[in-house]
Amino acid sequence: MEEKNSKYILGFEKPLVELENKIQELKNLSEKEGIDLKEDIQRLKDRLRRLEENTFKNLTPWQRVQLARHPARPKTLTIVELIFDEWIELHGDRLCSDDQAIVAGLGKINEHRLVWIGHQKGESIKENLSRNFGMAHPEGYRKAKRIMSLAEKFHLPVVSFIDTPGAYPGIEAEERGQAEAIASNLEKMSQLKSPILVIIIGEGGSGGALGIGVGDRVLMLENAIYSVISPEGCAAILWKDQSKVEEAAAALKLTAQDLLKLNIIDGIIPEPRGGAHRDVEQTASNIKRAILREIETLKAIPLEELLIRRKIKYRTMGKPRGEVDE
Amino acid sequence: MGWFQKTYNRIKKGKKKIDVPDGLWTKCTNCSEIIYNKTLDENFRVCPKCGYHFYIGAWKRIEITLDEGSFIQYNSSLPSVNPLNFPGYEEKLKKGKGKTGLDEAILIGEGKIEGKQVAIAVTDFGFMGGSMGLVMGERIVFIADKAAEKNIPLIIISGSGGGARMHEGVVSLMQMAKVASAIGEFKSKGGLYISVLTNPTMGGAMASFASIGDIIIAEPGALLGFAGPRVIKQTIKQQMPKGFQRSESLIKHGMIDMVVERAKIRPTLNKLLDFLVF
Repeated sequence: MEEKNSKYILGFEKPLVELENKIQELKNLSEKEGIDLKEDIQRLKDRLRRLEENTFKNLTPWQRVQLARHPARPKTLTIVELIFDEWIELHGDRLCSDDQAIVAGLGKINEHRLVWIGHQKGESIKENLSRNFGMAHPEGYRKAKRIMSLAEKFHLPVVSFIDTPGAYPGIEAEERGQAEAIASNLEKMSQLKSPILVIIIGEGGSGGALGIGVGDRVLMLENAIYSVISPEGCAAILWKDQSKVEEAAAALKLTAQDLLKLNIIDGIIPEPRGGAHRDVEQTASNIKRAILREIETLKAIPLEELLIRRKIKYRTMGKPRGEVDE
Repeated sequence: MGWFQKTYNRIKKGKKKIDVPDGLWTKCTNCSEIIYNKTLDENFRVCPKCGYHFYIGAWKRIEITLDEGSFIQYNSSLPSVNPLNFPGYEEKLKKGKGKTGLDEAILIGEGKIEGKQVAIAVTDFGFMGGSMGLVMGERIVFIADKAAEKNIPLIIISGSGGGARMHEGVVSLMQMAKVASAIGEFKSKGGLYISVLTNPTMGGAMASFASIGDIIIAEPGALLGFAGPRVIKQTIKQQMPKGFQRSESLIKHGMIDMVVERAKIRPTLNKLLDFLVF
């Protein structure tokens, strides 16, 4: 993990990584030569801590976009592996194929049996090619829909992990009805007779994210993003200028903090300092805690009431506060 | 041969330059036929020579779809907001209003088709590309609820090439879930929803209300899809097949029920209402 992380260093992570390397160097030196460098190491560690605090206390929206897209950020299957006591993956949409960009299956956390679905980005270039960088074709959405029907039939709650740049914009995807696949999922999820918990773990890329993202509760990891268009796309349309991505990222209000204020999401799951990729296990454990809390609450609500609440949640979505009439 | 070719080219180039004075005549976008505007209007703004379907606004759409004088507009005073304080959004709204005379990219209400009462919504490509923001979301919910309450069919005629409206960020994205939820509820109560697709309907509109009709009808030659052709071209870096994302391609791939020319939409709707409801 250590090695993989260091392969991808974001611009604003650089000073931190340099300091970390220096600390490691001193440690090695002290071990090898038998010199006591404890004080120096401690001083550098303190400095690192302060630097981390300063860097991550006030991240800009664009910096969060970069963290949300970090290649070493934990992905759906990594999280599933870490938080479920037992789990299996299920495959295929029964219509055309098995889309590798969306994964789904069954799992158990403590006494809770769950259905899980999620976008899956690859851990390597090779895997990313087979996962299509987490950009699903219609088959992915239809697989998710099939597994959701299963959840409904067996009265299991659904946990959906969102992490996609968007639904794949390709010829076959269009011909096989990308728009229909997403629209049909929105309709299905808004009426699904099972509790649904949505967690945006990385990139929430527009309709491709929403296609498995309608639920009773929607949470975001601290540095995840959720947007109707990528900052790059927005900058191109608005200013015809790719260098304006930072402004676009800010204008789109795509951070978890902004979306909580806008009443679009229900909560934020904290990440370890420096971002989810700096401590994957800690991240998974935070997610697990949130899932247990939410699922217990959702399961306690009678189904009929749950569906009414979900309906009201989406009916009032986006209305300025104070204008909510239900 | 060189000089001969040149002359030919020059003539051809010159021919293209003919300017058509505004008001009286329109040049067909597809076949370049010069059409007398009165003829074009009488033909539902469809080129009499090649059948190209020109843009028509939401009010015109109401006029050619419903029985004369039967339309009652709803929810016309819902103000547009700028939930993200997005730069330049207010000016865009103002421009859309000026261009279409509408207050938003959608018109909703009730009316009759051959005496049959229906709830109807029409989105207008002329207003910010017919894109969906909060107001469109609210209005579609309003009309779906109204249709459910009165137990009448719902018809939405889409001209929404703009998809989800960027200027409202995730708020606009959430409208997709909002309208799918309301229409889904209406359908689950037994309501008939007919979606009529016109040029162009894309993105967030196509991936929500436009695609979940019990019956889906499209006008000929309409551009319909999820991702815009430019985005696809950039992604796959190759040419798109001929007729890609057009109505005729969608019906071939099983995505829509019928391709119906504009003049026949009203009688087709009437027939469907007759078969399924009245």
